[in-house]
Amino acid sequence: MNPVPDIFRILPEVILTLTGVAVMLIDASLPPAFPRRPLGWVAALGTTLALWASLWQLSLPVGTGFFSTVETSPFTVFFHVLICGIVLVALLLSLDTLPEDSHHQGEYYALVVFGAVGMCLLTGAVELLLVFIALEISSISTYILAGYRKQTGRGPEAAIKYFLLGSFATAFLLYGVALIFGATGTTQIYEIAHLAPTAQNHSLVLAGLALMLVGILFKVSAAPFHVWTPDVYEGAPAPVVALLSTAPKAAAFALLLRVVYELFPTLHSLWSPLLWIVAVLSMTVGNLAALRQQNVKRMLAYSSIAHAGYLLAAFAGLGTSGIAAASFYAAAYAAMNVGIFAVITLVSGYDEDLPMVEDYRGLIYRSPLLGSLLIFFLASLVGIPFTGGFFGKFYSFSAAVDGGAVALAIIGLLNSGLAAAYYLRVALMTAQPSAGKNAEAAVPTPQVGVAVGAALLMAVAATLILGIVPGEVLRAAEAGAHTLQAPPSPQSVHGLGIERRPNP
Amino acid sequence: MNAINESILTLILLVPLAGAVLVALVPDRGKLPNWIALSTALVSFGLTLHLPAHFVLGQGGFQFAINRAWIESPAIFYHVGVDGLSLWLVVLTGLLAPVGVVASWNVIRERRKVFYALFLVQQTAMFGVFISLDLMLYYGFWELSLVPMAILIAMYGRKDGSKAALKFFLFTFIPSAPLLVAILWLYAQTGTFDFATLQSLITYGSFPAGPLSWAAFAFLFAFAVKVPLFPLHGWLADSFSEAPVALAMVVAGKLGLYSMLRFHIGLFPVQARAAAPYLIALAVIGILYGACLALVQRDFWRLLAFAALSHLGLIVLGIYGFTFTGSAGAVYQILSHGVVDGALFVLLGVLYDRYGTSQINAYGGLASKLPQTATLFVITSLAMIGLPMLSGFVGEFLILSSTFAGVSRGWAIAASLGVILGAAYMLWLVQRLFYGPESELTASKPAIDLDGREFLVLWPLAVLMLVLGLAPSLWLNEIQQGVLRPQGNRPVALSAPVLPHLASTTSSPGEGQR
Repeated sequence: MNPVPDIFRILPEVILTLTGVAVMLIDASLPPAFPRRPLGWVAALGTTLALWASLWQLSLPVGTGFFSTVETSPFTVFFHVLICGIVLVALLLSLDTLPEDSHHQGEYYALVVFGAVGMCLLTGAVELLLVFIALEISSISTYILAGYRKQTGRGPEAAIKYFLLGSFATAFLLYGVALIFGATGTTQIYEIAHLAPTAQNHSLVLAGLALMLVGILFKVSAAPFHVWTPDVYEGAPAPVVALLSTAPKAAAFALLLRVVYELFPTLHSLWSPLLWIVAVLSMTVGNLAALRQQNVKRMLAYSSIAHAGYLLAAFAGLGTSGIAAASFYAAAYAAMNVGIFAVITLVSGYDEDLPMVEDYRGLIYRSPLLGSLLIFFLASLVGIPFTGGFFGKFYSFSAAVDGGAVALAIIGLLNSGLAAAYYLRVALMTAQPSAGKNAEAAVPTPQVGVAVGAALLMAVAATLILGIVPGEVLRAAEAGAHTLQAPPSPQSVHGLGIERRPNP
Repeated sequence: MNAINESILTLILLVPLAGAVLVALVPDRGKLPNWIALSTALVSFGLTLHLPAHFVLGQGGFQFAINRAWIESPAIFYHVGVDGLSLWLVVLTGLLAPVGVVASWNVIRERRKVFYALFLVQQTAMFGVFISLDLMLYYGFWELSLVPMAILIAMYGRKDGSKAALKFFLFTFIPSAPLLVAILWLYAQTGTFDFATLQSLITYGSFPAGPLSWAAFAFLFAFAVKVPLFPLHGWLADSFSEAPVALAMVVAGKLGLYSMLRFHIGLFPVQARAAAPYLIALAVIGILYGACLALVQRDFWRLLAFAALSHLGLIVLGIYGFTFTGSAGAVYQILSHGVVDGALFVLLGVLYDRYGTSQINAYGGLASKLPQTATLFVITSLAMIGLPMLSGFVGEFLILSSTFAGVSRGWAIAASLGVILGAAYMLWLVQRLFYGPESELTASKPAIDLDGREFLVLWPLAVLMLVLGLAPSLWLNEIQQGVLRPQGNRPVALSAPVLPHLASTTSSPGEGQR
């Protein structure tokens, strides 16, 4: 048995980093007049390679590298593939929608790719300091991206808000790490999991866990740590929001899964009620606030808070089923949310001349394709069967019911009924005839280019696949859940492909 | 033939869906979408006719069943099949599809593609509801049926479609949240979504009684809103006045009523029996309340809505009377109501199309100008009232007589009062629309009687009403078999009447045919 070279453990991250560096170098060496758009294709290519590399990692034995700091397992691969997929769609989306003359296009693509490095690393890290570093890598990229539209007032506002609040949250996380280090004398997750139950300073561990939860819940924009979300989503360009609302959240949820199920499974009685409350708060606050929004992006921001709540409901589930449900939901949510932001980018335009719900009136007549896609993604967000959103909710709430949290499931489903009201408002607005012929003429019909078309196709396909044949993805999520449940000892090395995992 | 029997239900599901995709793909030129939709609807109707032709009477269980694994975990199966209960409902759904297409032929003038594509998706969803035997599959189709309906009401509403669509969607979507939780809870307890397995597990297994009755209540609540049962009918009148004719005829009634019979009584007989007295009371209140409100409506769509509330109340009365005859009568009445209501919607749609208003007092004296319309309208109204020899009579008679004999005389008398009121508002409507002096509106517009297509749709429906009324045994055999099934092969209901102070009745399975 040959030990796996450490470099293979972080192969996707390496590829992404090289891509980012290459994009920046090419950008710097190109003459100023040269169009920067091909750089986006370079970034997309690198991301695709990273995606394949993640899949290839399945053939590696489960284990850690670099002195037990980075892990590869079906769990990390699941989230790697998810994040790379989201980033790829976001890149394709940006390719067609970033204005040709916009400043710093090269940096934009590089930042997206560097952000992906951080997010991927976050899902694989099993060492709290590396977790912190990965979180910072991804956060700093997204802070800059959020303020990418410098010329409007909203852009910098979004970036600064996100940066200040985000730094606070990261600080909380770091304090938590410090306290846990103080209690256990280590930052390696398996060792902490081993030591924590017997640690002398139990209150330190509790405080550490609480602080870490604050930091992570901020990143997933769960209530009551959600206040940054609407402003940032409104200010950031729509393609960035497509990325921002899905990929960092998926990574943060992966971290949350790791923290609660792998780091502190023994404190279940403590974090479970906490997450129950946060889940209920997020759904209710998110949906109630979204009901009143007139700006589509703000509405979707609140809806993303509510979806974080639905996802957190899965944490009420027992072990494997809860983890699998949460992972699945992260994928389903990513597919439909990226899709809907892709449509919104096209309809509203990069400068967002048409941000309001009212502006979507008659969209289906102006552009039948985009109109039907919008209704499709909204239906998925509502949770209509045969779309990804349905099975996401379904698994999440059935995990909750399995875990005995029937009340949580009922609250969640009633909330999704409430949510239908505002999703439907947009859907019905799209289907309503325009007020007058003149209004119709004034609004340009959005064009769908090749790259955006590919992005939309990927999002639609993912949403449909997750809604009609969710079996494969669920199996992958369950395989991941198994590895998270039972942290492997370095000795137990055998090939763990998804296909070969026994199905429970 | 076996190969067909084994795939017929899948075909029935897929044909409308394929038609929808085809409609969505072809260019929106001329009547092309209409023709595709019509041929799809006819093909799917033809396919549904295969079912009664090859249905084996006396063979218990579900026929034409297909059971394949769909999703491994949780174990969701693509399990479909029909029995006597769902057999005719599937055929009725198939029949109403071409009727709906023809009824929309000239009415839907814009955006035909969207309309017909969604109409056909709706068709698939309804077939799915009637033939699913896996609770998750059923729930999937149940929810799916909401979407095209809501969008079509919003897009083709007469005045304020959006509002009606939102109301319709939320009214039916929110109650399905507890329904899903109840289904998930059953799954958590048993590990299966399969209808038949669950049925026997619930009958013979030991479930905690409290949660089980909550689950039963969640089922009931979702269905009662969908039917709708008084006092959950808030969405009905708006949907009736806004929905395009082709959809209005399927918006209320059969989905909810079938679900009650199959999944509420079928899965939770004990709990259903416990709830029956309350449901009977609500049903009778609904019958009278709906009839009274129908009397005072000035808008004929709203009149039809409250009339439907009244008639659906009668069917609920039959279902929850727990007599064999009553249940058979209820299923029969669902069929009859589907046909009669469908025809009425088409006829009122004809008037609305010609004169552009649904205010009853704007009409008058149409009988001489539109003789065909008037004739058909009178026939349909009489069928609705329950005139002997027409379709409404059989079901009403079975329900009322079984209620009188087997449940409670008081409720039966009260419900009969509703029937009398029904005659009053229908005949008064006929009188106001078609007789009396000619109104300004009808005098000012050119009189255009039924055109060929409408003629072609309405007369078969009228003939069907007559056949349903004259030869009920053609249908009742299968229905009775289906009604029997949930209780095992013995009409358990007969030995245990709902209201304890009444003596049990002695009706036999054959009684309904007489």
